[in-house]
Amino acid sequence: MKVGLFVPCYVDMFHPETGIATLELLERFGLSVEYPVDQTCCGQPMTNTGCEREAAKTEELFVRNFEKYDYVVTPSGSCTNQVRNNMTAIDQTDAVKHVRSRTYELVEFLHDVLKIDAFPWAEFPHRVALHNNCNTLRNLRIASMSERREESFSKPKALLKMVRGIEFADLTRPDECCGFGGTFSVFEEGVSAKMGQDKVTDQLKSGAEYVTSSDSSCMMHQEGCARRMGANLKYIHIAQILNGARA
Amino acid sequence: MTAELHEELTDPHADPHADQLDHGAASSRPLKSRISEPQPRGAKIRGNRPVDQSEAANRFMAATEHEAMHDARLWDLRQKRDKEMHGIEEWEELRNLASGIKEHTLSKLDYYLELFEKNATANGIKVHWAKDGAEHNAIVLEILRSKGVERLIKSKSMLTEECGFREFMAHNNVEVIETDLGERIQQLDDEAPSHVVVPAVHKLRTDVASVFAKTIGSDPDNADAHYLTECQREATRPLILSAQAGMTGGNFVVAETGTFVVCTNEGNADLSANTPPLHIASIGIEKLIPGLDDLAVFIRLLSRSALGSPITQYTSHFRGPREGGEMHVVLVDNGRSERLGMEKFWPGLKCIRCGACMNTCPVFRRSGGLSYGATYAGPIGLIIDPTFNVHKYRNLPYSSTMNGSCTNVCPVKINIHEQIADWRKTLAGDGEISPVKKVMMKAAGEVLASPVVYRASLPLGRSALRHLPHFMLYNKLNTWGRKRDIPETPKQTFNEWYRKNRKQQGEGEKS
Ligand code: SF4
Repeated sequence: MKVGLFVPCYVDMFHPETGIATLELLERFGLSVEYPVDQTCCGQPMTNTGCEREAAKTEELFVRNFEKYDYVVTPSGSCTNQVRNNMTAIDQTDAVKHVRSRTYELVEFLHDVLKIDAFPWAEFPHRVALHNNCNTLRNLRIASMSERREESFSKPKALLKMVRGIEFADLTRPDECCGFGGTFSVFEEGVSAKMGQDKVTDQLKSGAEYVTSSDSSCMMHQEGCARRMGANLKYIHIAQILNGARA
Repeated sequence: MTAELHEELTDPHADPHADQLDHGAASSRPLKSRISEPQPRGAKIRGNRPVDQSEAANRFMAATEHEAMHDARLWDLRQKRDKEMHGIEEWEELRNLASGIKEHTLSKLDYYLELFEKNATANGIKVHWAKDGAEHNAIVLEILRSKGVERLIKSKSMLTEECGFREFMAHNNVEVIETDLGERIQQLDDEAPSHVVVPAVHKLRTDVASVFAKTIGSDPDNADAHYLTECQREATRPLILSAQAGMTGGNFVVAETGTFVVCTNEGNADLSANTPPLHIASIGIEKLIPGLDDLAVFIRLLSRSALGSPITQYTSHFRGPREGGEMHVVLVDNGRSERLGMEKFWPGLKCIRCGACMNTCPVFRRSGGLSYGATYAGPIGLIIDPTFNVHKYRNLPYSSTMNGSCTNVCPVKINIHEQIADWRKTLAGDGEISPVKKVMMKAAGEVLASPVVYRASLPLGRSALRHLPHFMLYNKLNTWGRKRDIPETPKQTFNEWYRKNRKQQGEGEKS
């Protein structure tokens, strides 16, 4: 199984440790993982703003970079959603279809494809609040959502439960959007920041020491709000916890 | 549909997570005595210029008491809705059914409309057809004039808001009295409803006290909900009793029986319909459903989705005029048949105006419904307002994080968040996108399409601003940093780390 690693622009620039943890974690399971160094972005900022035409070349580049792999794995559900569900600015050739159907968010790849049942190296004796990115939650269906009447499930929680010592902190509004929303965070800055502050307040009230998520983008926004508020909370990507980070 | 006063006016100081007070306790609890925060007003409307929702939202959030009350109040409705949902095993099946019934009816709308007309006429109802708001207003005015009506009592209807009905009647010397309490508050304050179900939900009790003090002479310092309601009842009852005509909307129009159904909690629609001898119902053509069995599905979903109560206090069926009276139904198109032909946006016509999408929307809860500057606010507004005026409402589809909560609470399964994305595409394609967004996205698209340009443009300098991703970098306003810290930049990017540590295993450098 040949796996291509996609490291989203935020992760590349601000959280290289998340990219490293993702790579190392996949390698622990004996996979051959490559990172095509010419990658940039999945096209989400443009598509998200409605500028499909402007996204086309970026999407083409993405497909060129990843068409030769059996799977594309990325530590971001939001980017996965873009590739799988919204990469429509370009002709839907076989290569495009292949890449779109084979791109997985890290948690679903571990849970659904590799069906991992242990992380023997992982220990994280801390109180952790879990945040699900909205695309990851409601479009990729990584967990059940409170809006629907359905069996409750959570793939990230199922994985985290295999980590020794971890304790979960419950939020009062676990599924409430944190206000990042991609370009929304810039164009609608006021509401975005208020939603972020409310999310941080909920996290603080839950008694969490750490917040974890399979999306760096939401956490970058939350962390920015938390720092400005002087909130004592730490943000860590789920890949790091699963890879055995010791805080 | 309407809600009782206590649905709108609870104590903003209460802990939103504490158990909700019951009606009496909540509405009679004195507010802290101090100068009350003035109510923020809605979006500034400047002719046909695009509405700036964020500007109005920022003013709403700056009124922290209002924002906190509004968010807590609507979140409470969402939670009550969840509780009702869990009480019904077949909830998701009901949503499927409701969506299917609406799709079916919309696909044969001409047939069902004619069937309704035939059956309603047989029941003694006079059916009129209006292609737009102006025609609707003219038809109603003619009916009123023919009976010499000077005062009309009316229950809440979003359709009449669409038609600019009250202003039109004011110009034509017909006095219109709203009978829904929330809507009456809004009428007295000369403000549009901010929410389809709870029209004054953005107001604190102190706001209502000051509106009533100015308009009906209540004590400005008494913000007790019972007192305020009583004052309103005293002031409005005589007007209701002396009105010569009543007007309602209609939640559902049943084709097979030629009847229509109005759902309220205050019974005010029944007052409007039954007190005077003349009843006019203004109804959008998308409200049709085939039969009474179908109605049952919607009745089970409507109030549960809207307010988290199993059913509205009143579900009134109207089937014909009473002895000596007259009943008219005005079926209004006002852009609906055009919308029905829109490949991506026709599903918005399935909407039953329950407001659940507003209650759950995190942007709506923080912004207030008036910030949208349009008849319809919140998620449903984002996808139908541009069908009325694409230029004026071109910014609205951006007032969303596209989190998808709306789509999943919607009882008729409208794909709201997908339509928001489709609107953005349509707007950008039609040149109805703000120049700032366009320029930024064009630049971002060019940079991100080329690994060389992209890598070369990455942060090298010391300035924190230069460390932001491109689409933020190009925004000279640096909106990111106003209320959020900018992330620290690590010593190296992942790409650099990989080239140093894993290059030989990787595919090597091409660029
Ligand atoms: S779009 Fe759906 S949730 Fe929103 S008001 Fe209409 S029916 Fe209710």
